[in-house]
Amino acid sequence: MRVPVSWLTEHLELDDEVTPDTLVEAFVNLGVEVESVERVGEVTGPLVVGRVAEVEELTEFKKPIRYCRVEIGEAGSDETDDTDEADTADAEGDDADETEVDAGLPKPRTNGIVCGATNFAEGDLVVVALPGATLPGDFTISERKTYGRLSQGMICSARELGIGEDHSGILVLPPGTASPGDDAREILDLDDTVLELTPTPDRGYTLSVRGLARELSCALNVPFGDPAKLDVPEPEGEAWPVRVEDPQGCPRFVLRRVTGLDAGAPTPWWIRRRLLLAGMRPISLAVDVTNYVMLELGHPLHAFDTGAIKGDIVVRRAEEGEKLTTLDDAERALDPDDVVIADDTGVISLAGTMGGATTEIGTESTDVLLEAAHWDPASISRTARRHRLFSEAAKRFERFTDPQLCEAAVERAAKLLRQHGDGSIQPGRTVVGEVEPAPAVTMPINLPDRVAGVRYERGVTVGRLTQIGCKVAVDTADDGTTLVHAVPPSWRSDLIQPADLVEEVLRLEGYDSIPSELPPAPAGRGLTEAQRRERAVSRALAEAGYVEVLPFPFVSASVWDALSLPADDPRRSTVAVRNPLEADKNQLTTTLLPGLLDTVQRNISRGTRDVSLFHIGQVVLGGDERAAAPDPGVDGRPNPDELAALEAAVPEQPRHVAVVLAGQRLRDGWWGKGEPAGWADAIQAARLVAAAARTDLEIEAADTLPWHPGRCARLIADGETVGYAGELHPKVLEALELPKRTVAMELNLDGLPLREVRPAPSIAAFPPVLLDVALVVDADVPSAQVAAALRDGGGELLEDVALFDLYTGEQVGEGKRSLAYKLRFRAGDRTLTAEEANEARDAAVAAVTERFGATLRS
Amino acid sequence: MSEASDKQSAIGGEALAPETLQAAVTAAEQAFAAAADLDELAAVKPAHLGDQAPVPQARRAIGSLPKEEKADAGKRVNEARQAVQTAYDERLAALKAERDEKVLQDEAVDVTLPWDRVPRGARHPVTTIAERIADVFVGMGYEIAEGPELEAEWFNFDALNFGKDHPARQLADTFYAGEEDSNLVLRTHTSPVQARTLLHRDLPVYIVCPGRTFRTDELDATHTPVFHQVEGLAVDKGLTMANLRGTLDAFAKAIFGEESGTRFRPHFFPFTEPSAEVDVWFPEKKGGAGWVEWGGCGMVNPNVLRACGVDPEIYSGFAFGMGLERTLMFRNGIPDMRDMVEGDIRFTAPFGTEA
Repeated sequence: MRVPVSWLTEHLELDDEVTPDTLVEAFVNLGVEVESVERVGEVTGPLVVGRVAEVEELTEFKKPIRYCRVEIGEAGSDETDDTDEADTADAEGDDADETEVDAGLPKPRTNGIVCGATNFAEGDLVVVALPGATLPGDFTISERKTYGRLSQGMICSARELGIGEDHSGILVLPPGTASPGDDAREILDLDDTVLELTPTPDRGYTLSVRGLARELSCALNVPFGDPAKLDVPEPEGEAWPVRVEDPQGCPRFVLRRVTGLDAGAPTPWWIRRRLLLAGMRPISLAVDVTNYVMLELGHPLHAFDTGAIKGDIVVRRAEEGEKLTTLDDAERALDPDDVVIADDTGVISLAGTMGGATTEIGTESTDVLLEAAHWDPASISRTARRHRLFSEAAKRFERFTDPQLCEAAVERAAKLLRQHGDGSIQPGRTVVGEVEPAPAVTMPINLPDRVAGVRYERGVTVGRLTQIGCKVAVDTADDGTTLVHAVPPSWRSDLIQPADLVEEVLRLEGYDSIPSELPPAPAGRGLTEAQRRERAVSRALAEAGYVEVLPFPFVSASVWDALSLPADDPRRSTVAVRNPLEADKNQLTTTLLPGLLDTVQRNISRGTRDVSLFHIGQVVLGGDERAAAPDPGVDGRPNPDELAALEAAVPEQPRHVAVVLAGQRLRDGWWGKGEPAGWADAIQAARLVAAAARTDLEIEAADTLPWHPGRCARLIADGETVGYAGELHPKVLEALELPKRTVAMELNLDGLPLREVRPAPSIAAFPPVLLDVALVVDADVPSAQVAAALRDGGGELLEDVALFDLYTGEQVGEGKRSLAYKLRFRAGDRTLTAEEANEARDAAVAAVTERFGATLRS
Repeated sequence: MSEASDKQSAIGGEALAPETLQAAVTAAEQAFAAAADLDELAAVKPAHLGDQAPVPQARRAIGSLPKEEKADAGKRVNEARQAVQTAYDERLAALKAERDEKVLQDEAVDVTLPWDRVPRGARHPVTTIAERIADVFVGMGYEIAEGPELEAEWFNFDALNFGKDHPARQLADTFYAGEEDSNLVLRTHTSPVQARTLLHRDLPVYIVCPGRTFRTDELDATHTPVFHQVEGLAVDKGLTMANLRGTLDAFAKAIFGEESGTRFRPHFFPFTEPSAEVDVWFPEKKGGAGWVEWGGCGMVNPNVLRACGVDPEIYSGFAFGMGLERTLMFRNGIPDMRDMVEGDIRFTAPFGTEA
C-alpha cells in the first residue's frame, strides 16, 4: 500500500531527526518490502489559492475549453506588476463595471487562465500555479497565448501537483478552506514523502497505518499511539435487524447508522489529501470516510444507503442462480460458496469483496448504514479469485482483519461523518457474533536464543512479545524450565506456534545480529553413481561437439502424427496439463525429440544450418491408469500404505538423453569439403553415451518410427532395448519441415546398467601377430555379427578385431559384400608362433563361415 | 716406360715435398669450402680424397723413398690426409645441417589457420551452475537429492505447510496435470524432494536439490514458466539460524568470491518459520558492488517436520532456495531470460563446459 510518511509518524513519538530514509531502513529490516519512495509536492515558485470569478466557455474548439478569470489575491497587497496592467488594459470595459461595484473594498487581483477541465464552477476555490512556478516533472509554468487567449498560469489537478494519480479534473478545495492569494503549498500540506510498501501476506495487520506505525514503533523503540483506541459508547438497541445464517463465513457482523447527513458536504482536504497520496480517488464524504478508516485502521467498511435496504439484513451463502450487480456495474453470477449480504429484495452485497449497486451511496444519500464485519479469510479469498475482484477490502479480509476492531471502525467512521457531514449517530448498534481470542502460545523462554544461535539479553523475549501486543506471562515448569505464555493480540492470526513467536523476537532484534557459523560438516558420500554418470555423459557429448539445450516439456498432441507414431504407440500415452499456457501445447512429452527438433528448426530459421544438439531430461510416461494421489493430511507422517499410494500415483519419469544433428558434422573449410551428419553419427552418439556411462550397447537393425526403416538402430543394454538412433524418416522430416537426412538418437539413461567398479584389463608384453582377412558374406549380414563371430571363433588369442574395408561390386558378386578385418592375436604368457596365430585365424574364419556361409576373398 | 718410371720417381719426390702437400691441403680446403651444397661437395670429393687425389698419390710415393726418409714423409702425408678429411667432414656436416634446416623451413605452415572441422559443443549454463553449486555443497558434506517433476500435490504443497486455500495452489499459478482428481502438479519448487527425502532417509539429513520447476508465468524477458532451482535442506539436532547464515555465506563466497556474503531480510514462506529473503553481496554488480536479491531461506517450519514424521522437539532444520536462471542473469550478465530458454546455440556454445 501507498502511505505518506506524515501519516505514519502521526502515531509515533519520534525525534525530529527521523527521516524517510530511517523509516525505509526500518521497514526493510522488519520484512516490509519498500517498492518505492516518492517525494511529493516538489513545487517551487508561486502556487496560490484562487477563486474562480468568471468562466467563459470557448465553443469554437473541438473540446471544451474555458477561459477563466481567477482571483489570486488582492490588488495592492503587492505591487501591481506588468501582467496585471496588461490584463486591465485588455478587459477595460469589464473592469470599469467591477470598479464601481467593488468601490470601497480592496480590488481583487485576477489572472486570465485557459483551462481544459470542466469540473468546477464560478466561486470555487482552486489551486493556481502562476507563471514562474515549477511543478513536479520539472514543468515550469509561463504566461502564454493559447486558444486565442493569454493564459497567465494554470489551474491544477491533483496529479499535476504530484498528489496521487487522480486526473479526473482539477482540484476544487472545500469552501472556506482558504482565501485567494494564500500560499497553496501550506494549505495543501504539500510537502511529503510517500512510501509504497508490500507487507508479507501473513501480516494482514500491516495493510494499515495502524499496523505499519506499530511495526515502526517496535523497530525504532518509540511509543505508539493506537488510533483504534476510541471512546465507543454503550449502544442503545440495534442499528438494524440482522440475521447471520452462516457464522462460519461471517463470525462477526457490526452495524452503526448515521442519519441526517448533508449529502453535498465536501470531504475535508486533509482526508482527500491522504486518500490521493494513498492512490485512491475521493468520491463523496461517506465513501471517502470509509476508505479513510480502512487505510487508517486496516478494517474495511461498507456504507449502505439505508433508504435502499428493504427488510432485515441476512448474511448467508449465495443460492444457485443468484446474481448481483456490483459497484463496478458488472453483473455477476454468484456461486453457492460466495458469502453475501441480502435483504428482502435479494443479494445486496458480495460480502467483504464489493458492494451492490442498489444500495450504493449516491449524491442524495442522507441516511447511511455503516457495516464492519469479520469474514472468513479463505472464503473471501475464494470469492475474490472466482470473480477476479481484488478490491482493497478483499485484499485485507483475505489476510485476516482484527475481529475486535469492528465497533471501533464503525465508530471512527460515524464520528467523521458527524463532524464533516453534519450527520447524527443513531444510538443503536447491531453486533452479531463474537470471536474468541486466540489461545496463548507457550514456549521455553530461551527458545528464540536456541533457534537463532544467539544469546539475547535478559528480558528481550518478554519485551518484544509485549511490544507487538501480546499479553505475556512467565512461569516455571515442573522440570525447572522457564516458560513464557503469550496471548496474541486480536489483530494477529499468524501467532499460533512457538516458531511464530521466535520469528517475532529474531525479526525485531534484527537478523543482522545473527552470526555466521558453519555447522559441523556431516560425513557426505559425494555424488551417486547415477549423478556421476549423467555428468560424464553431458561432458562427453559437449566435447564431441553437441550443444546442450533445455526445451520445455509441453507438446501438442499433433506432434505424434507428425512423427508418424502408430495409433497404439506408448509414446502417445501422455499426461495432459489441465491449465496449459498455450492451449494446444497441453501434453507432457514422453520423448525428448519434439523439443529438440523444434530447437533445431529455430536455429535453422535464425541462420545456423549446422546444428548438433543434446538434451538430458525427465520425460513423463503416461502408461496405465493410476489411482489418484491420496490426501493423508499433515498431522503426522503418512502411514506406509498412504506413502506408497502417494508415490504410486506419480507417473514414471525416467531421465532420457537425446541428440539431433542437421547439416554438416564435419564442416567445409580451407581443408576441403566437409561431411554431412549422417545416421552413423547418431549411432555413434549412442555409443559415446554408453562409453561415458561405462557400459556397452548392442546395436541391431530396427524399424521404428520416427526413424527411417532402413537406417534405424535399436540400442540394447543388458538385453533390454533402451533407445533408438539413426536417420529420421523422410515423411517425418517433411511433416516437421526439417532438413533432409536429419538424424537423431534417444535413449533412456536410467535404463543403462550402473557399473560401480570397472575391472582392470590385463596387458601382456609379448609381441602380437597381425593378420588380415577379407570375408564375403550376404550383403544383409550385419557387420557387428560378423565381428562377433570372428571374436567367438578366434578365442582368447584374438585380442582385437577391426573392420578396415567394405566392398560391394562385381568382384564379389550380386547380393554379396566383402568385409576386411585386421585381426590382432596375442598370448598372455608367451610369444605367439605363426602357426598358432594362423590356427586361431582359421578358427575365427570358420565361425563366420559356419554362421553366415562366408567365403574368404582371395 | 723407363722414362715414365723415372718421371714417377721424380714426381714421387716432388709429391712428398712439404710445399706440395700443403698446396694439396689448401686446394682441398678451398674446393670443399666452395661447394655450395651436398651435390657439389660430392662432385669435388674424388679430386681431393679419391685414389688419384694428390695426397693418396703422395702416400703411394712413399714406397720409392729411401728408408731414412720414409718416416718423415709418412708423417707429413698422414697429417695432410687428416687435414683434407677434416675439411671434408666439417663441410659435409655444415651442408647437411643447412639442408635439414631448409627442409624444416620449407615445411613451415600458417599456424593461424582454423581447424574447427567439428566445433566444440557446450553444456547449458544452467547445468554447469547447478553442478558447481552441487560441488560446493558436496564439499560441505551434503548429498544431492532428486525427484519427479510431475508431483503429487501433497508433496508439493500439503507436506510443506501450504494451506488448502493457499493462493499458490491456484490454477493461475500452478500447472495441474492428469485427470481432475489425480492431484498431480508440475512441481512449483524443488521442495517436494525435501519432503520425500525426510520420509525416506535416516536423520540427520543434509541435501541439496537442483532441478527443473514450473509456474504459470508467460515467457518474457524476466519470466519463464519452466525454470530451475537449487534448494538445500539440513535437519539435525541443534541447528540454528546462525548455522543457516554460515552455510549461505560459504555458498556465496564459493560462487561470487571471497568478498561476498549474505544479508537476511524477514519474509514469509509457508515452509519456514522464521523466514528470510537472502540478498547476496555481488562484487561485480553493474554500477558497483552491491546487494542483489538472491533467494529465500529459513528455519524449517515444525509443521513440515511433523508431516514428514520428524519430531520438531528433538530436531531442527534450515532450508534455502535460489533460482538458477536468476543467479545466472546477474552473475553472467544475461540480459534476457529467453536466451536461456530458446536453445539458440549462439548463446550456449560460448559457455563451453563451464559457465
